[in-house]
Amino acid sequence: MATDTQLASWEVFMQGKPGANYIHAGSVHASDKKMALQNARDTYTRRGEGTSIWVVPTDAIVASNPDDNDMLFDPANDKAYRMPTFYTMPEGAKAI
Amino acid sequence: MELVEKVGTIQEEHLKSFEEKIERGDAIEPRDHMPESYRKHLMRQMSQHAHSEVIGMQPEGNWITRAPSLRAKQILLAKIQDEGGHGLYLYSAAETLGITRTEMIEQLHSGKAKYSNIFNYPALTWADIGAIGWLVDGAAIVNQVSLQRTSYGPYSRAMVRICKEESFHQRQGYEIMANMMKGTKDQQAMAQDAMNRWWWPSLMMFGPHDSESPHTGDAFKWKIKRASNDELRQKFIDKTVQQAEVIGLTIPDADLKWNEAKNCYDHGAINWEEFHRVIAGNGPCNKQRMAHHKKVHAEGAWVREAAEAYRLKKGQ
Ligand SMILES: [Fe+2]
Ligand SMILES: [Fe+2]
Repeated sequence: MATDTQLASWEVFMQGKPGANYIHAGSVHASDKKMALQNARDTYTRRGEGTSIWVVPTDAIVASNPDDNDMLFDPANDKAYRMPTFYTMPEGAKAI
Repeated sequence: MELVEKVGTIQEEHLKSFEEKIERGDAIEPRDHMPESYRKHLMRQMSQHAHSEVIGMQPEGNWITRAPSLRAKQILLAKIQDEGGHGLYLYSAAETLGITRTEMIEQLHSGKAKYSNIFNYPALTWADIGAIGWLVDGAAIVNQVSLQRTSYGPYSRAMVRICKEESFHQRQGYEIMANMMKGTKDQQAMAQDAMNRWWWPSLMMFGPHDSESPHTGDAFKWKIKRASNDELRQKFIDKTVQQAEVIGLTIPDADLKWNEAKNCYDHGAINWEEFHRVIAGNGPCNKQRMAHHKKVHAEGAWVREAAEAYRLKKGQ
């Protein structure tokens, strides 16, 4: 006999309106893809909050470790040449 | 020896980075370092909050088949479905702390985890559905608005989502009360009776007075709790009294009066004996609520088992 479980965890991402980014909404429990999508719909969009849903097994998410934040996110700060304001445009040039 | 010292320093650094984040007002996320006692505190608070949403469906569910109109029935169903959703948001958020849903349900069933005392009172008449939406959800909103700024990211995000949904809950309850107060003498009396029974338990929802509250210190320091029990209770009283007056209901507190100097209402003494009696399991519906949850959980086991068997059969 199968043992009782609360089913697997899935992360839910929702697109708020056509063309928008998918944003994490929360998670649901479900036994398979179809149930995950149905539960995500019932749990996170009862008031037209979304136009499209992604569900991803929680196990499949790879998250960065906060201890690596310096290594991962700091270097961007000292590369000012990645910003358009870094460059000197010739006097009189338009629409650039 | 050297290793032990190193471990000690790493722990100190972790605590320091946690405290700095809290100090700056940054949210704490699941993978961030956090003191074990912070994690434990949140597990307890969030799971109890989740259980409250779910158990809270029972007193209202009791009236779905007896709602006085199709409109009322649709509204009540939608409201109760929201509460189930709130429970799910909160269980998910609590799971990010490393506790499983199975463990949380076991703790509820064993009595280790509590749920809000208010749901141990019965919904006796249709006016109770009005009083629950207006007063019980109203009190919950005051607490939950404040918790939108709680320091744990997943909890705070769940609160933001919940608060968006709650305002309809309170308004539908107040509408029921307002309609009954426009009705016959009997309907008015029924509304007042519900008010009389739900007012004091609603005030108790905010918990003991600040002077008596044992967990307050850490919860404030870590910004889990952003306002004290008494502050939140006062906020609820101050906004509800006027709403009662507008529809002609009397607040069942002879000592309630406006305090000009403090710019808020003074209220009469809360019956803490009753509060402790109900928490200890001796309220009107404690046994019924828990028995019902256990029964439904057990009766649903075959559905979960069938879903798992189906998944395995499909090889997913
Ligand atoms: Fe709720
Ligand atoms: Fe609610």
